[in-house]
Amino acid sequence: MSAVNPALRKEVISIYKELLNLGKDYPQGYDYFRPRLHRAFMSNAHLKDDDEIRKAIARADFVRKEIEALYYLKRYRTLRKRYDGL
Amino acid sequence: MSALRILVPVKRVIDYAVKPRVNKAQTGVETNVKHSMNPFDELSVEESVRIREKKSAPGGVEDICVISAGPPKAQDTLRTAMAMGADRAIHVETKEGEDLEPLSVAKLLKSVVEQQKSNLVILGKQSIDDDANQTGQMLAGLLGWPQATQASKVMFEKEGDAVTVTREVDGGSETVRAKLPMVITTDLRLNEPRYASLPNIMKAKKKPLEKKKLEDFGITAERRLKIVKVTEPPPRQGGGKVDDVDGLVSKLKELGAL
Repeated sequence: MSAVNPALRKEVISIYKELLNLGKDYPQGYDYFRPRLHRAFMSNAHLKDDDEIRKAIARADFVRKEIEALYYLKRYRTLRKRYDGL
Repeated sequence: MSALRILVPVKRVIDYAVKPRVNKAQTGVETNVKHSMNPFDELSVEESVRIREKKSAPGGVEDICVISAGPPKAQDTLRTAMAMGADRAIHVETKEGEDLEPLSVAKLLKSVVEQQKSNLVILGKQSIDDDANQTGQMLAGLLGWPQATQASKVMFEKEGDAVTVTREVDGGSETVRAKLPMVITTDLRLNEPRYASLPNIMKAKKKPLEKKKLEDFGITAERRLKIVKVTEPPPRQGGGKVDDVDGLVSKLKELGAL
C-alpha cells in the first residue's frame, strides 16, 4: 500500500460505509446486500491510478443514487396503490 | 414578513413494507416489528427543509422543529428527521401501548405551537397506521388558522405572508391561497424525501432533543373511542375455471349475473 492517494482512500471508505448503511433497508435483506457490495469493492481493489479510482468512486456514487431512487419508488408505488386505489 | 418558524409533527409507525398481523386477543396489531417514520411525515420534513434550501420563503426559515408524541423509541424517528435537516426536536413521552387520539394530539400541538411561536405547521395528511386524517384539520380548527390539506405543491409569494398551495382533490387539483400563519398537510406527490446520509446522521445526534411529558401541556391520554375488536380482512376467494361456453353460461346463471 504505497502509491495510493490517502485522500482517495478516505473517499472510498466513506462511500463504502454510506452504501453499507443504505443496504440495511435493501428489499432482499442486508445479508444479500453486504457480500455483493464487498465483492464489488474488492474487484476494484487492485486499482492504483488516481483517475481510475475516481471513476470507480463516481460509479459507487451513481449506485448510491440508484438505490435511493429504488427505495423512493418502491415506497411511492406501495402507498399509491394503497391510498389512490390505482 | 417575519421569518418562518416551522413545526413538523412526526409519528413513529409500523414500517410500510411490513404486513401488520392482528394479535391473538384481537385488540390490535403486533407491534414487535420494524418501525419507521410515517411516510407522509417524511414528506413534510422534506418540504420544510426544501423551503429553507430553496429560500422560497421571503422571510427565510428561522427554525424547523420536529415533535413526536410516543414511546421512548419515537426518539429514533426524531433523530431521523433531524438527520434529514430539522434543527431540533421535542419528544413528548407516552407509555408503551398508550396511543393518543387525533383530538388529543391536536390539543397537544396547539399548546406547542403557542409555546414555540410557530407560524407554519406542516403535517402528514394521515398516518399509515390509524389512517384517521384528522389531526391537521383539528389543529387548524383549534388554532383558528387557515388550512391547506393534501398539498401537492407549496409556493410562497415574493413578498408578504401569502402562500399558494395546490391540493389534490377528487378528479384533479385545487389551488388555494392563504396568509400565514397556517396549517399544511402533505400528500404523496409533494416531493421526494431524501435519504439521510451518514455524516448527517452523526450530526443529528448532537442536535438538541427536548423531553416533555403530556402533563406539561395539560393533556391526558384519555380515549373517547374503545377498540372493540380488530380482525384481518377475509382472504380473497380464488376464481374458478370453466370448461366451455355452456359451463360459463350456467355458472353466470347460478351467480345471478344473467
